[in-house]
Amino acid sequence: MSIRVGFASRSSRIGMAASAVALVVLAAAPFWGGRDDLQLLSQIYTYVALASLWNLLAGYAGLVSVGQQAYVGLGAYLLFGFAILGGVPPLWSIPLAGVIAALTAIPVAALVFRLRGHYFAIGTWIIAEVFRLIASQVSVLGGGSGTSLPAHIVLAIASTRQLRDFLVYWIALALVVVILALIVLLLRSRYGLALKAIRDSELAAACNGIDVQRTKVLVYIFTAFGTAMVGALIFFQRLRVSPDSAFSVNDWTAFVIFITVIGGIGRIEGPIIGTVVFFALRQTLADLGTIYLLMLGAVAIVVMLAAPKGIWGLIVERFGWQIFPLERTVVRDTGSAGAAKRA
Amino acid sequence: MTDWINVILQGILVGGLYAMFAAGLSLIFGVMRLVNIAHGDLIVLAAYVALVTTETLGVGPLVSLIIVVPLMAAIGYLLQRAVLNRTLGEDLLPPLLVTFGLSVIIQNGLLTLFTADDRKLDAGHIEVATYRLFDGVYIGALPLLQFVVAIAVIAALQFIFYRTALGRAFRATADNPAVARLMGLDNRHVFALAMALSLAVVAIAGVFLAIRANFDPSIGPARLIFGFEAVIIGGLGSLWGTFAGGLVLGVAQAVGAHINPGWQILAGHVAFLVILAVRPEGLFPRIRT
Amino acid sequence: MSEAPLLAVGDLDAFYGDFQALFGLSMEVRPGEAIAVIGANGAGKSTLLKTIAGLLPARPEAIVFGGTPIGGMPAHAVAARGIALVPEGRGLFSSLSVEENLMIGGQLNRSGPWNLQRIYQLFPGLAERRHLPSTALSGGQQQMVAIARGLMSNPKLLLCDEISLGLAPIVVREIYARLPAILAEGISLILVEQDVVQALKATQRVYCLQEGRVALTGAAKDLTHEAIAAAYFGV
Ligand SMILES: Nc1ncnc2c1ncn2[C@@H]1O[C@H](COP(=O)(O)OP(=O)(O)OP(=O)(O)O)[C@@H](O)[C@H]1O
Ligand SMILES: [Mg+2]
Repeated sequence: MSIRVGFASRSSRIGMAASAVALVVLAAAPFWGGRDDLQLLSQIYTYVALASLWNLLAGYAGLVSVGQQAYVGLGAYLLFGFAILGGVPPLWSIPLAGVIAALTAIPVAALVFRLRGHYFAIGTWIIAEVFRLIASQVSVLGGGSGTSLPAHIVLAIASTRQLRDFLVYWIALALVVVILALIVLLLRSRYGLALKAIRDSELAAACNGIDVQRTKVLVYIFTAFGTAMVGALIFFQRLRVSPDSAFSVNDWTAFVIFITVIGGIGRIEGPIIGTVVFFALRQTLADLGTIYLLMLGAVAIVVMLAAPKGIWGLIVERFGWQIFPLERTVVRDTGSAGAAKRA
Repeated sequence: MTDWINVILQGILVGGLYAMFAAGLSLIFGVMRLVNIAHGDLIVLAAYVALVTTETLGVGPLVSLIIVVPLMAAIGYLLQRAVLNRTLGEDLLPPLLVTFGLSVIIQNGLLTLFTADDRKLDAGHIEVATYRLFDGVYIGALPLLQFVVAIAVIAALQFIFYRTALGRAFRATADNPAVARLMGLDNRHVFALAMALSLAVVAIAGVFLAIRANFDPSIGPARLIFGFEAVIIGGLGSLWGTFAGGLVLGVAQAVGAHINPGWQILAGHVAFLVILAVRPEGLFPRIRT
Repeated sequence: MSEAPLLAVGDLDAFYGDFQALFGLSMEVRPGEAIAVIGANGAGKSTLLKTIAGLLPARPEAIVFGGTPIGGMPAHAVAARGIALVPEGRGLFSSLSVEENLMIGGQLNRSGPWNLQRIYQLFPGLAERRHLPSTALSGGQQQMVAIARGLMSNPKLLLCDEISLGLAPIVVREIYARLPAILAEGISLILVEQDVVQALKATQRVYCLQEGRVALTGAAKDLTHEAIAAAYFGV
């Protein structure tokens, strides 16, 4: 009999299988869904991606940022800037925007990491405001009122509108899959272990030789990378950018935080569940306008106070499920046939 | 030359308002380590409460303070007891998220009740009266009054904090909440009183904000940020430091605006970031013995 | 001695989360009585005091004070009823001056013998340092401030947790020399101590705790060293 540490559990194997089937079905959406369906799904993907990244930042690294709109907007403006000023094809701009945002995040981190806890949160917000104000001073990109992607650039992407829709849809799907996969890989790496240790006790982690600060900075830079790519994609879809929409604290931070908290912070599945709930509520209640936002705020407060682990946290407590193979479990192999004897 | 003197003078006077935004924030953080993201929205809420008061009672905005201040204080007390006390603890997220949710609720609540239209409080002739200091340098009666009130507010807070039983209770609870309970201090009550005091200051700030310029339900977050910048520029834990931080921010914004109207807010942020880069403890941190 | 007890602890359990620190513990303190609670590290002495003071939850009837069940009552309400805890490690308010610490102790305004003036008579050393920050004092003086702060609420029952911790023997003797004057005012005292000799000298009865239970109890003068050692180390 030997003991090994594995990630997979029965529920995660079922979960991964179901995810694979879902992925195939979703990838085929252009063949079964209408234009509206594709748009709604792409929006869902972008929110899953944004919320997952914020969840990594706040739920795993303990960096509660309310300024991730800085990178959404930066990604958007980089894409438009490259396209309009440099003639770079928008598809290439998406990863490029991610890389430049990651580089930008390094000096930003050097500043905001001087602020602790809550103050860090507001510091990130100020950075986002600075980005927004700078963007509104860039007159070649329309200054305060923003600009549209020129027609020739749009046409160069694909010849027909339908093809363009398909392409954008697939990119959105691919992006969310890649981001989720990267997050899972990160959490399974030694950084994942370090993050878990930091989440449990920062002091204990530091005592065990984990460079807490370095790990946090790396996570911050990684989320900037991912968030900017998503931002670039969102505004590529919209074909229009303006400082107020690209750096909106409501759209890219308030909603994202509410989604994550309602779904379950600190768990990969949380943001996905949260996004589904968010869109379900939105589809049914959006007519209420401001009352809808008011209710969303209230629901998030109630969840935070009454069930701080969110919907997925309740499910885990009840059924012990996990979709993504993340929790390390000790598996006891009963020395039968192929059991690896690596002990 | 007189041009610049005027600019800096204006900046200093506006800085008093920022110091009032900051003082309530700083007080709450000092007592219970809570950063209230809804702080700016509460300032705007106070402005609307003043608006309703002046319209229904037919009184001037300054007189309306008699109602707005106690009302906001009561709201603060209840808010803390009913909601915010439950969020306090080791975990950073609950207070942040709950006050963030509160911010969204207040903004959208005001939007539903009052629409997105610009509003303003009318304080009568005091708004246009100016005094001539010397040739070419003028000082408005309203900014001056606002500045004097800001000094009075900071002085009053300083007095309460360091010279009264309430202030002792605040400091003791901040130092060690468990031992404070052993002394018969109910933390929940003490925190609620601190929030009440914070919102009393918010009420004064809100009324002056509403007299000075147009307001609408969306301008709260920017006031939170100004207050926060003043706190950090001034240095944590010192009320007069916070006041100085407000002035520095006001002057930075005024200078920025004078160079290019689009740079007003940006110049304030830059001043904040520069301080953060070169002197992260702020200009006047409290020296602890 | 059939006088009604001031404090009656009966069948008290205490927990830190899932960890149980006290098991069905019972004890009594009569008015004006000084008792000692001794025991090895981790025996549950501080836990007992914290539970009585309302810092840890308990069944209401498990702690009866002056005839009223107070188990699980919030700490500030317990303090208002006349129980003062001088916590382990003193717990002085570092941003308050000496006198402000004392005033916080007295902020309940319970009537009784103790006020600033009487406190300064009892601890003259504190009078001249009243405006210093409490952290600027020596360890012994800090301990005096902690005791004085407890007295300022004019409690009927004073709980002292390891007031000799980390102090030089001469300083410890100086502090213990003040206890008779305090007891002379008619209050009851529970003294938690590691220093058994000191504790026995200052009190009439002793409870020896071991792993959250009372291992031995009796009059201070009747207990032999052997019995105490046995109860202490569980040999
Ligand atoms: N905050 C806490 N959380 C969890 N367990 C605790 C806590 N405080 C004490 N304990 C445990 O409860 C038991 C009793 O502790 P307690 O502090 O009451 O002992 P004590 O008799 O006062 O010891 P000492 O002489 O060291 O002060 C110990 O096993 C201790 O580890
Ligand atoms: Mg102890």
